[in-house]
Amino acid sequence: MLEINQLAVDFRLQHHAVPALMDVSFSVDPGETVALVGESGSGKSVTSQAIMGILPTNAEIRSGEILFDNPETGQRIDIASLDPESTEMRQIRGGNISIIFQEPMTSLSPVHTIGDQVSEALFLHRDASYQEGLKLTEAMLKHVGFPDPARALRMYPFELSGGLRQRAMIAMAMITHPSLLIADEPTTALDVTIQARILKLVRELQAELGMALLLITHDLGVVSNMADRVVVMYHGRVMEAGPLRQLFGDPQHDYLKALMHAVPRFDLEPGERLVPVREIKSETGALIKHQPLDQVADAGEPHLTVSEVSKTYHLHRGDWFSTESRELLAVDRVSLEVERGECFGLVGESGCGKTTLSKIIMRAVTPDQGEIVYHDHSRAIDVRALDNSALLEFRRKMQFIFQDPYSALNPRMTVFDILREPLVVHELGDMDFQREMATELMRLVGLDPRFLNRYPHSFSGGQRQRIGIARALALQPDLIICDEPVSALDVSIQAQVLNLLKDLQQELGLTFLFISHNLAVIHYIANRIAVMCRGRIVELAPRDALFANPVHPYTRALLSAVPHPELSQPLNFDAITEGAASNPGQWPAPFTLDGRTPTELMALGEGHFVRVASGSKPSDLAA
Amino acid sequence: MLHYILRRILTMIPTLLIISMLVFVIIQLPPGDYLESHIAELQSQGESVDEQKIQFLREQYGLDKPMMQQYWYWLIGMLQGDFGYSFEYDLPVTEVVGDRLFLTVLISIATILFTWAVAFPIGIYSATHQYSWGDYGLSTLGFLGLATPNFLLALVMLYLANVYFGTSIGGLMDPEYIDAPWSLDKVLSILEHLWIPVVVIGTSGTAGMIRRLRANLLDELQKQYVTTGRAKGLPPGKLLRKYPLRVAINFFVADIGNLLPTVISGAEIVAVVMSLPTTGPILLSALQSQDMYLAGSFLMFLALLTVFGVLVSDILLALLDPRIRLGGSASK
Repeated sequence: MLEINQLAVDFRLQHHAVPALMDVSFSVDPGETVALVGESGSGKSVTSQAIMGILPTNAEIRSGEILFDNPETGQRIDIASLDPESTEMRQIRGGNISIIFQEPMTSLSPVHTIGDQVSEALFLHRDASYQEGLKLTEAMLKHVGFPDPARALRMYPFELSGGLRQRAMIAMAMITHPSLLIADEPTTALDVTIQARILKLVRELQAELGMALLLITHDLGVVSNMADRVVVMYHGRVMEAGPLRQLFGDPQHDYLKALMHAVPRFDLEPGERLVPVREIKSETGALIKHQPLDQVADAGEPHLTVSEVSKTYHLHRGDWFSTESRELLAVDRVSLEVERGECFGLVGESGCGKTTLSKIIMRAVTPDQGEIVYHDHSRAIDVRALDNSALLEFRRKMQFIFQDPYSALNPRMTVFDILREPLVVHELGDMDFQREMATELMRLVGLDPRFLNRYPHSFSGGQRQRIGIARALALQPDLIICDEPVSALDVSIQAQVLNLLKDLQQELGLTFLFISHNLAVIHYIANRIAVMCRGRIVELAPRDALFANPVHPYTRALLSAVPHPELSQPLNFDAITEGAASNPGQWPAPFTLDGRTPTELMALGEGHFVRVASGSKPSDLAA
Repeated sequence: MLHYILRRILTMIPTLLIISMLVFVIIQLPPGDYLESHIAELQSQGESVDEQKIQFLREQYGLDKPMMQQYWYWLIGMLQGDFGYSFEYDLPVTEVVGDRLFLTVLISIATILFTWAVAFPIGIYSATHQYSWGDYGLSTLGFLGLATPNFLLALVMLYLANVYFGTSIGGLMDPEYIDAPWSLDKVLSILEHLWIPVVVIGTSGTAGMIRRLRANLLDELQKQYVTTGRAKGLPPGKLLRKYPLRVAINFFVADIGNLLPTVISGAEIVAVVMSLPTTGPILLSALQSQDMYLAGSFLMFLALLTVFGVLVSDILLALLDPRIRLGGSASK
């Protein structure tokens, strides 16, 4: 149905052309799912833009053809030779081929209603009166799982959660019943449970409407659960293509093999390391104090104690006539203890309060109640009670690595200034010392010190994240809070950064509080893990115990929603239900959290705790 | 939302009160008062001064009272529609201002409409044809407009209009209509003269707005939702109008609050150069001769316009942008 032959696309930069795609050929049959796999910059998205005829203005199809069987006319046309703004191409775009973009936040207009945006393609491509169109739109919104589709028609994107926005995107793409759907990283920005639901939805709709799916992703777990055939791209070329079983069972090309080794899996041997596509070397120098982990870690000695911390946000929203106020309990009496030298993982979906908690610990957000104690070996520091000068001094103990490597670095500062800034703030050393320190920090994160004079924009996402890590290390802290440090990175880069963090922890004797929504990443890096949902810790256990024997229904739902890159462990789509897993009111007794029944963390032995109604006994859990 | 508008209107009251205090302090700041500068002027002309008459005037206008009391009378008077008495013209302020206020408002509104009518299409063209010859040419023109001083432009335009169209120099109408009752010919004469000050006052504002509209629209054109619209198969014109333009218009509306005071204050100097019968020249002379009630009323009028413009733009923004209308806020 779609056949791409030797497609080549160039980007024009100033006066020379940079090839983005070279000799790309593959085909998609009616009703099948083809996955286009590769890291960022491999040309996956350019391919999809070429098919849609929405290439950026500085891109140009140099040669090749994109043949598409138009089901309406029955003709086979070459999209590559059509003018992208011609009426014929516009009919195909949105009418016969639709696309779902990665970012549901930015892909919808903020000032138009969902109903308006979803129905637009319908009115453009199909003959429908306004009333019929609205009915069809409402039906489609219901189909993709909007709880109240009639109301959703009049809602604006910012009033919806990320998952619902992505559903609106899907409804928008499906409303004309296209024969080919291109999904460009449709679930990358979503939580695992929502991802599983969206994948399930796409599969169902695909089966029902008999459309073909071109799935663009870098997530091999998604690929193994969705695709019939796989096309692997690297640097604008197709490296390997074939049926899913053949490729995943017996990858031929080095790149695919490397990619598969870089993905964190649950069945890694103890001590087994991920193999990044490109390994980086970390070197320590003379200035940064070198203290291997096994020398600093005394088993069981606490490093950070958080007890009964709560934070409520007051939200106000209103329309023309009324304002309603609502309280949101972001963090609800959370207590945890991080031991010196461990990596404590905090896992949960977006909105569960994990980032708020990390900000409270850093004193960026003031909690309503609770106590945070930092144990500086024999000295206990009450973090909440620190005054300004003491807080400045304390900052040298605890540092933060941010999620988004793009916005975490000031684009107007050179890397040298970025790395030097903490030293300047704390008035440490003179210029020579700071330069030497910055050089050493660069080596420590495997970057060439010659890059110190460059600005952040000349680095890739992974390199930027390493600069962020170097900045956090500049003050030689003992405890580092990592807030989703790899979630914005490609699989291959992710492995690189995770390995770097592991090495640094060993070399410098660091304690990590590692926040992530990715269970495989947490599994790879953390020693002990706390699972958070709706502001509460629901389960806390050493890593192996948690993954081998999850007790809480929420933990189980999270684990069952993770797509594995192995064919032997397919996702059980039948078990994925709408919304029940992350709604504490619907958890079975004794796990039910309704806000009235008092609950407690019940010890199951060997450091394994689970939140149940007070007074429950371990025997209650068997049922 | 009604709540919001009510609250916004209520907060205007203390704002205006504070402004009125500042205005009063400013016009009282120079040493002395109108009578003193009046005496000095008479004496310099060699005329004798009747001390008794001065004393009488001082008492009548309360100039011998403490400042707080004078302020209080002024404020109460304004609330009742009495803006005080102009010493220089020997008339109540309202009568001095009268027609001039109307003409000022007329010029200002015409200028704003002119700014929009010119800036809007050019800004859109520049943004959608970025780095084309058209964009470069219009940008150059825009920079020229920004850089040319208003008074210079005013003189040039007056000369050109006189030479090519025979329009009389200065003023807003031909001399025979001044003080004449309103008639069709008078209106036509005003229209004939109006375009010159409008172009002169509007030029720099237009140039600035073109730059801002271009920059805003360029930002919006890069946004992902535009690609989404394109991927639905929308024709280019409709795509532009429905999405990026719709979002970029927000800034346009937000600008209204700024526009009114800049247009009016920018008009003052031009009005002096072109001897327009607007409020500008009077304000200037009132400030020079310490004709305090006249000057104060003008300043209050400007402040009221500013505050009102901001209110209008806020309400329009709320109407236009659902994020403001429906969006919540969180307290930390």
